[in-house]
Amino acid sequence: MIDKLNIVKAAELLKKKEVSSVQIVKEYLNRINKGKDLNCFNEVSSTNAVKDAEASDERRKNDSLKSEYDGIPIGIKDLFCTKGVTTTASSKILSNFVPSYESTVTQNCEDAGLISLGKLNCDEFAMGSTNKTSFFGPVKNPWKSRGSNAELVPGGSSGGSAAAVAADLCTASLGTDTGGSIRQPASFTGTVGLKPSYGRVSRWGIVAFASSLDQAGPITKTVDDAAILLEIISGHDKNDSTSSIHNKEEYFKNLNSNVKGMKIGIPKEFRSDNLPSSTQKAWDDCRNLLKSNGAEIVDLSLPYTMDALPAYYIIAPAEASSNLARYDGVRYGLREQGSNLIEMYENTRSEGFGDEVKRRILVGTYVLSSGYYDAYYLKAQKVRSLIKNDFNNAFSKVDAILTPSTPSVAFEIANEPNDPVQNYLNDVFTVPVNLAGIPAISIPFTNDENNLPIGLQIITNSFEEQKLLNIAKNIEETIQYKEVPEKWWVK
Amino acid sequence: MIDGWNLVIGIEVHAQVNSSSKLFSASSTKFGSSPNSQVSLIDAAMPGMLPVINDYCVKQAVKSGIGLNAKINKKSIFDRKNYFYQDLPQGYQISQYKNPIVGEGYIDIESKEGSKRIGIERLHLEQDAGKSLHDQDPKYTFVDLNRSGIALMEIVSKPDMNSPEEAVDYVRKVRSILRYLDTCDGNMEQGSLRADVNVSVNKAGDELGTRCEIKNLNSFKHISLAITYETKRQIKLIESGKIVDQETRLYDINTGETRSMRSKEDAHDYRYFPDPDLLPLVLEDQWIEEIRNNIPELPDQKKERFIKEYSLSNYDAEVIVSDKATSEYYEAVVKGRTPKLVATWVTGELFSVLNKKNISIQDSPVSTDMMGELLDNIKTGKISNRLAKDIFEDMCETGKNPNSIIEEKGLAQISDEGEIEKLVDEVLKNNPENIEKYRNGKIKLLGFFVGEVMKLSKGKANPATLNKLLKKKLDY
Repeated sequence: MIDKLNIVKAAELLKKKEVSSVQIVKEYLNRINKGKDLNCFNEVSSTNAVKDAEASDERRKNDSLKSEYDGIPIGIKDLFCTKGVTTTASSKILSNFVPSYESTVTQNCEDAGLISLGKLNCDEFAMGSTNKTSFFGPVKNPWKSRGSNAELVPGGSSGGSAAAVAADLCTASLGTDTGGSIRQPASFTGTVGLKPSYGRVSRWGIVAFASSLDQAGPITKTVDDAAILLEIISGHDKNDSTSSIHNKEEYFKNLNSNVKGMKIGIPKEFRSDNLPSSTQKAWDDCRNLLKSNGAEIVDLSLPYTMDALPAYYIIAPAEASSNLARYDGVRYGLREQGSNLIEMYENTRSEGFGDEVKRRILVGTYVLSSGYYDAYYLKAQKVRSLIKNDFNNAFSKVDAILTPSTPSVAFEIANEPNDPVQNYLNDVFTVPVNLAGIPAISIPFTNDENNLPIGLQIITNSFEEQKLLNIAKNIEETIQYKEVPEKWWVK
Repeated sequence: MIDGWNLVIGIEVHAQVNSSSKLFSASSTKFGSSPNSQVSLIDAAMPGMLPVINDYCVKQAVKSGIGLNAKINKKSIFDRKNYFYQDLPQGYQISQYKNPIVGEGYIDIESKEGSKRIGIERLHLEQDAGKSLHDQDPKYTFVDLNRSGIALMEIVSKPDMNSPEEAVDYVRKVRSILRYLDTCDGNMEQGSLRADVNVSVNKAGDELGTRCEIKNLNSFKHISLAITYETKRQIKLIESGKIVDQETRLYDINTGETRSMRSKEDAHDYRYFPDPDLLPLVLEDQWIEEIRNNIPELPDQKKERFIKEYSLSNYDAEVIVSDKATSEYYEAVVKGRTPKLVATWVTGELFSVLNKKNISIQDSPVSTDMMGELLDNIKTGKISNRLAKDIFEDMCETGKNPNSIIEEKGLAQISDEGEIEKLVDEVLKNNPENIEKYRNGKIKLLGFFVGEVMKLSKGKANPATLNKLLKKKLDY
């Protein structure tokens, strides 16, 4: 009964009392248990989830629902601090950390009556695009290449969040996106992933990676669900100084899939000979689809696109090197003893952090060092301004921009390039959006010749999430993407 | 100047902002609470915690800037100063680096040589760190985070001071201004105000010498002693053909010496960069003006007024206004009384008692009312000035008011001529030889007679009447 259940459908079934929250939750817990091989969850909140579902069913009986979505279970990336529930950021250094507080985003979900099924695996401190940097091992993509048994990466860093939705282990999930960490795994798993405008969603209580880029958002099965979940988690938060004063909007209610007269920009810098032909074809098809649905297609240029990746890989590690200084073994988390303070620091951080995190701390420390600051950090900030300008110019001409979400489809876990820079190229289409602080969504468009999902990215100007969702809805309605992976993981 | 050597001093004052809560969190700033009882999730740098600026601290900084005659920067930026230490939970201190909230200003200090203007380079806001307790356990260091996140103002002077006295006068004046503004309580013993002092020496006419920074001086005495020692040390080095290394030094209060803490080579690379968790701090003109319009009278203005209104000397006025509480004490007593008399008593008798007891004027055993009452009795002639001093001492000891002491001990001055005459006659009767000597030209003996009568009157005889009567009788 709950196959391919999404938030809208679940709300409907619960309302009609065709199913109880407890039933839904138990079914998902059962699936999660059977899908252990996917390694999606760092921790499953079995007891709490059932208890919460019972409470929700009680509220339904008493007609005192918190919202129309009361009782619907979701998964939460293990980067959100959750009161009384271990929050690890998929790192050894926080593997024993139980917060005494609840992040604003997850509190908003709780206030709407959503139920947490548990904490989802991700790259360590959200640093990675394959989920292989997790201390708890890689998440496996539910999708496999046709005729191959090789395990594929789900993308990252919100790999567990995307894989759990794709494998139907929850209705929807929460992820975070610093350079593509929602959109890239969404693209790799055939799910919908939305990165909101910077400041739309509170960062309070989310383990920080790069403060000026981090933004939480939904990973869902449909555009409708993305609208609903965004609505629930967004809004001004006085505890986050960078939180926008924009009011909460009713994205779902206001969804309007009409794109007639809209101008859609196609940036030439995203074209590349290295782009797989099936991805190029999907991009072209979508462009034609929008055109035939009444949109006007505009070719445009975002000249600094190719400078985004290097700028990102200076700014994000710089902020991370400082944000991760607090994991020092003094107050919480892992402590490895030493004979003096410095030794304790060294032992704790050597043992507690994985290679990729260490690499970024080193890079970040380097680019902020005196003598290098101007050449790297300051220059990267200048590039960031130029990229913002690029988008500002573009949005004076078009309503939205259409690009592929990623330069490739999901690849084999075993084939991850050893050269980190090769890996960083996964983010080439997504990072400009974070640097500019604007919203973007990745939606599944089609599957390639090997039956692997191809995602396309729509980008709009700041705080135009409604427009973003409207266009995504138009595409979704037209293509009716219905592919699901074979459930090879069910034992 | 010592033997042609020129001394150059610049000072960074760290002043704790008077505010009930911390710079970026709602925790209390109360002094002396039990360890780690005033620590929020933010102060402990728990994962995902974010700073939110405390508007009141910003207002206090702007107020201080105005009091230091300084430029208020409408846009300032918070930066992260990165370093690892056990009492720095975030692994960085939020401070202001390139764009402080307050820019250039100045204050005037008063010394024997006259008035001198000392430039202010800047004032910026920053967080305090926690406190490491090294003496609680033989093996471990304990950390108290109560102080972590408390707002500090770092006030940086220009290198405009040239002697330990000027340095002390400068810090004293800064403290006085902040206290007038109520932006820092200035309690150096509690660490609310401490100074880092930069010292260099050069031969007159030469370029500036290499400076050393002496950290964390928390009393005027230590500021003065540390500078004096450091000056001699640097001169000795140069005169023996060595060079002064740029370094950070500590003043050892036990030995009275400064010693090296770290050299320039070991200096931290703080990797400053704008804190991405905080937006630039932007102030509205109107908001600044509103603060400016509500600045209370500051020591310089008050001094000018005291000179004008009470005809006080420059010196008396300076001494009285330098401490806000003293000036308020003075003004409370002076109402309807002789300004000079009040000044003499406040800066004389009262100060000496306060010094002896090592207490501040707020804790004075003699209230302004009691002081007024005492001075009124002098004014009306009920008691002599000399007797008043005894009564004052009594007041300090017992806390009683002067009238009841005068009454209890029967100390009211005898001004009745008939009564004094009786005493004079008795003394004269008992000293015929001295009368003879006096009349033969030893007129200095008048003092002897005055003393005898006073003794007889237990000090209560009105001196003027007594003198008049004695002279009349001795001289015919």
